[in-house]
Amino acid sequence: MADLETFRRETRTWLQANAPRSMFTPLAEHEEPCWGGRRAVYDNPDVKQWLDVMAARGWTAPTWPTEYGGGGLDKHEARVLAQEMAALRLRPPLVGFGLTMIGPTLLQLGTESLKRAHIPPIVRGEIRWCQGYSEPGSGSDLASLQTRAVVDGDDFIVSGQKVWTSYADQADWMFLLVRTDPNAPKHEGITFLLMDMTSPGVSVKPILLISGYSPFCETFLDHVRVPRAQVMGELNKGWTVAKALLGHERTMIADISKGFGGESRARSARQLARDYVGVRDGALADASLRHRLAQTEMDQRCLDWTLARSRDTAKAGHAPGAETSIFKYYGTELNKRRRELMVSILGPQALGWDGPGFDAEEIEATREWLRSRANSIEGGTSEIQLNIIAKRVLGLPD
Amino acid sequence: MQFSLSDEQQLLRDSAAAFVRDHSSLKRIRALRDSQDADGFSRDVWRDIAALGWLGIPFAEADGGLGLGMKELALVLEELGRGLLPEPLLSTVLLGGGAIQLAGTAAQRAAILPALIAGERLLTLAWQEAGSRYSHTRMQTHATRAGDGWRLSGAKCLVLDAHVADQLIVSARTGGADDARDGITLFLIDRQVPGLTVTRQSTLDGRNAALVHLADVAASPAAVVGAVDGGAALLDAIIDRATAGLCADMLGGMQAAFAMTIDYLKTRQQFGVPIGSFQALKHRAANLFTEIELARSAVMAAAMALDEHHAQAAQFVAVAKARCSDTYMLAANEGVQMHGGIGMTDEHDIGFYLKRARSAELTFGDAAFQRERFAALEGY
Repeated sequence: MADLETFRRETRTWLQANAPRSMFTPLAEHEEPCWGGRRAVYDNPDVKQWLDVMAARGWTAPTWPTEYGGGGLDKHEARVLAQEMAALRLRPPLVGFGLTMIGPTLLQLGTESLKRAHIPPIVRGEIRWCQGYSEPGSGSDLASLQTRAVVDGDDFIVSGQKVWTSYADQADWMFLLVRTDPNAPKHEGITFLLMDMTSPGVSVKPILLISGYSPFCETFLDHVRVPRAQVMGELNKGWTVAKALLGHERTMIADISKGFGGESRARSARQLARDYVGVRDGALADASLRHRLAQTEMDQRCLDWTLARSRDTAKAGHAPGAETSIFKYYGTELNKRRRELMVSILGPQALGWDGPGFDAEEIEATREWLRSRANSIEGGTSEIQLNIIAKRVLGLPD
Repeated sequence: MQFSLSDEQQLLRDSAAAFVRDHSSLKRIRALRDSQDADGFSRDVWRDIAALGWLGIPFAEADGGLGLGMKELALVLEELGRGLLPEPLLSTVLLGGGAIQLAGTAAQRAAILPALIAGERLLTLAWQEAGSRYSHTRMQTHATRAGDGWRLSGAKCLVLDAHVADQLIVSARTGGADDARDGITLFLIDRQVPGLTVTRQSTLDGRNAALVHLADVAASPAAVVGAVDGGAALLDAIIDRATAGLCADMLGGMQAAFAMTIDYLKTRQQFGVPIGSFQALKHRAANLFTEIELARSAVMAAAMALDEHHAQAAQFVAVAKARCSDTYMLAANEGVQMHGGIGMTDEHDIGFYLKRARSAELTFGDAAFQRERFAALEGY
């Protein structure tokens, strides 16, 4: 533990010395975190500098092995690093699906050559990834996907259409599921591929959502050549890889709902309520909103404690308990409720879509309420999560 | 906070589960109800519980206890709640015993705690009155000075296990305005003293509760528990601990109701298939599972917060009680609905859980009360 304290001191000193000044402030409402990639535009040069110094130490991916450019930290050191960054209010140097989805899956299941080819550019923030799973005809029933990949020499020729590809218009590479054996049962004819988005035949079209944002795209694949060397896992065994990756994805989505009233960039519901609803005799002036706020905060605590329980159980060396299956379901439903509450708290000021007369926080709250509708759809709908709990945890019959 | 269980804690939970399996059954609970048993619980089971040392769990070793905490006691209470055991652990250990543990003088501790831990002394706390609802500062019972002692008059209701208690801790107003926090004092009163009458009440879940009437009951200075006029904070602490204990009991009960329901979904056939194959029921069952998992975390968090004297322990308890109240009711209501017609019969056991869920919900404050309390504690 003495070593850990030394590590803490050294880490803090290093962060203070190496983080550019403007990185010591949380992101403003309108600011995007750093996603990296070839197409990244750095309006603030500090963002790029912060990415580069952290990447050089592997601290964009603190726990990944050093041989692939990662930080090589153990869990305790990684926690200290996160704590020190939080204490200094430092922004994360890099976010993205490389770090949260394909990276962990590559480390888990990738061949040596795939790991060497793909992990270091993720750590350095050079390559931004997107996920090619859903198709127009394959939403909840993902395994019914129709995008075809036919072997042609050392390549596959891939044709089909993907949808809900997050940030495909910004991404450099895509990991995708394709059908390689149309005659096999649907789960057994799927292969997991890694594809360069600059390959001829790839085209991307953003989808405008009800929130006014376009985080998702349609991706059209017209006879795209993908080297067979870019298969992850075995041919026709892509569903296994997909399931492993989906686990990482669900954890990430459930994480979105964290930080109620904590160190989040927006003001908490509680602070907003004081300002917008007003206080009478020390209590929020609207008793019904007060109860909704209390209920939401109390449920958030229960979820946080359950996440803590899951971590503690894992640390104690027990297999993850049944409680892990509930995080995606409950976390996203709770976040939706929280966003409803925010709109109720703002009242008529939540009517804004754009200025004038509405400030950025108000507009953001309304857009985020709309955005949050997707939480219980993306990454497996709430209904699919309930199916999984009913089947795998409760053992209810088909 | 450590949400996982140590080997010792695991062992304690397993032995509590085994004990309930071997020494109790819903048949026994039903028989106690139907026979209108004079005690309303089994003295034999109580002796066995005492022999296992569980009554001493939260008490200091210096007082003859095991020096463990709420986290450990909650593990036992959860198993007792699973089996709906009516033995007076909550009233004796956490309510009456809690007052002595938290504020008793050396003489009071020595006179009471070893006997209590041995299972030879039953205690309870008489705080609630008609019209006080869930507030322990609103009371008509008053104590007036008489020589160097006091005389108490008033009426308490829903006093858990009062008809079998050997001694009662009674709250009374010794000063201050009605509902003021100042001016409340707790007194240790023998059940057999002149002027005190106990009338057993018949409650929804068949648990033991009683009216306690005090007509000019004498109390010596040695009967005061804690500070004169300073009883409100002590009541806060006693009731928070008892509430956390009740939550653990509720956690056990909701799991039993849920398990019974899942079992029925797997075995009951309609339209030629088990009804658990219908998605309408699957989703409700999966949602209920989720709510119960969150309840488990809340119960553990509340127990650990009390053990650690966490600054927000009261909020933790409020969260746990709100969640357990709602979730136990949900589990019991869904249980009855999913059992269909048989669930409405007295013959089936699921109804016992519905009644217990309601009774526990309305003890120490329901979810609405706890949300109100949470908001106030959090300053909004």
